[in-house]
Amino acid sequence: MIRTLKVVLFLLCLVPFFLLIWGAFTGNLGANPIEAITHTTGDWILRFLVLTLCITPLRRLTGWNQAIRFRRMLGLFAFFYACIHFAIYCLSIANLNLADIGTDIAKRPYVTVGFTGFVLMIPLAITSTKGWIRRLGGRRWQMLHRLIYVSAIAGVLHYLWLVKLDITFPVRYGVVVGVLLLFRVWTAVRSRSPVTQVSGG
Amino acid sequence: MLIKRATDIPSSEITSEHLYRNRRQFFKAAATTLGAASLSAFLPAPSFAAASKYDTDEKQTPINDVTSYNNYYEFGSGKDEPVVNARAFKTKPWSVAVSGMVKKPATYNLEDLLKGIVMEDRIYRMRCVERWSMVIPWHGFPLATLVKKLEPLPSAKFIKFQTLYAPDRMPEQRQPTLHWPYTEGLRMDEAMNELTLFAVGVYGKEGPAQNGAPIRLITPWKYGFKGIKAIVKMEFTDKMPLSAWMEAAPREYGFYANVNPTVDHPRWSQATETRLTGGVFDQLRPIKTRMFNGYESYVESMYSGLDLRKNY
Repeated sequence: MIRTLKVVLFLLCLVPFFLLIWGAFTGNLGANPIEAITHTTGDWILRFLVLTLCITPLRRLTGWNQAIRFRRMLGLFAFFYACIHFAIYCLSIANLNLADIGTDIAKRPYVTVGFTGFVLMIPLAITSTKGWIRRLGGRRWQMLHRLIYVSAIAGVLHYLWLVKLDITFPVRYGVVVGVLLLFRVWTAVRSRSPVTQVSGG
Repeated sequence: MLIKRATDIPSSEITSEHLYRNRRQFFKAAATTLGAASLSAFLPAPSFAAASKYDTDEKQTPINDVTSYNNYYEFGSGKDEPVVNARAFKTKPWSVAVSGMVKKPATYNLEDLLKGIVMEDRIYRMRCVERWSMVIPWHGFPLATLVKKLEPLPSAKFIKFQTLYAPDRMPEQRQPTLHWPYTEGLRMDEAMNELTLFAVGVYGKEGPAQNGAPIRLITPWKYGFKGIKAIVKMEFTDKMPLSAWMEAAPREYGFYANVNPTVDHPRWSQATETRLTGGVFDQLRPIKTRMFNGYESYVESMYSGLDLRKNY
């Protein structure tokens, strides 16, 4: 059952990717297809980060513990879209010039923060396997993977700092990420009280 | 809009025969393309031939992209919104209020204001502050022609332009996105520059509304946001006007808004741009942005002695 659902979810997660490929080859991405690809992948990074962060609250609130089995895939898809997003940026803005990319990352706060969010996802993607959980030990692995909080916040700031005027969408993402992180704070505070001993995550 | 061509001017003086013939070819090609709209992406885009010294012969942005990707906040802050939200926007009747330091202040019916003015086509580069650019054949006339007719007083140093304010027809004006109505300004010498146009349309004809019809400003050496659309007010003044973007973000947008690859937007580089020419794979790599968008020879002298870093 979970296996089938995982296959379905995997295919669903690829839909935005194939829509972009299809759009690129049929000329259906509008006047500025590069911008369309950048914005679409950017949106999907944030959506997948949000979905990944929803798994723990979902388990706590519904008791459906099987949800954990989808988390790795969702997180890896956030990373997958982040790789495309970063590659398009390197091509279309910096023309693959490493010095220009370096300058841009150092100089522009929205690039700095976006790049930070992306780089922090790399160790998480690498250590997302069962083997790495075993090697690191559950507790250390969990500590490391809390970096996703930083990536999610970085992603929201990146979006917020690049929009020209209308901050509606980055603020929406900010509220959602904020609520999901507050849930962690709330469970951590509750678990510290002597009555209940539930580990945070 | 009934814009009559002045019959007393020989057409040879207005537009070359070559361009006229080419225009017919364009309309033929456009009709064919529209007939096969779904295939248009694969057909060679119709284009104007460069006919005057002002025209660039670079690859033109397809008309479909020019008319569907617009920064026009009155009709929505997304660039895909104006083409939808401006569909029912009526540009007739239209009046323009001329006021201030000018000999002929009045509220003019646009048709009267443009009476006797001969329309021409100019193929210009357009560089947006957001790092993308297009090549667009504008249909219009030099602003200087109109300004001379209105006879500004010597005390007038600037022209302040304003867009229509009509929240019932321009839906985004119900939101406080920008301080409405949209306001822009030019120094008098900029307004009189031979490159500066009042455009009534694109690709050889009037409209559409999402491109600023019935009348908009074109200053190809400046970032696109200077090109105020749906103009209803022109005030001749001795004070530098405060533009809508200066008011919204003074640290990011200045009065001059000259295209300058060496002066970055505070948040992003202006050294390169994505030229929108219709193909995703052509556009994957950026091109270098040119000083004054490549129009240095026409405009440089206006800014000698001006610190362009401070006067962005």
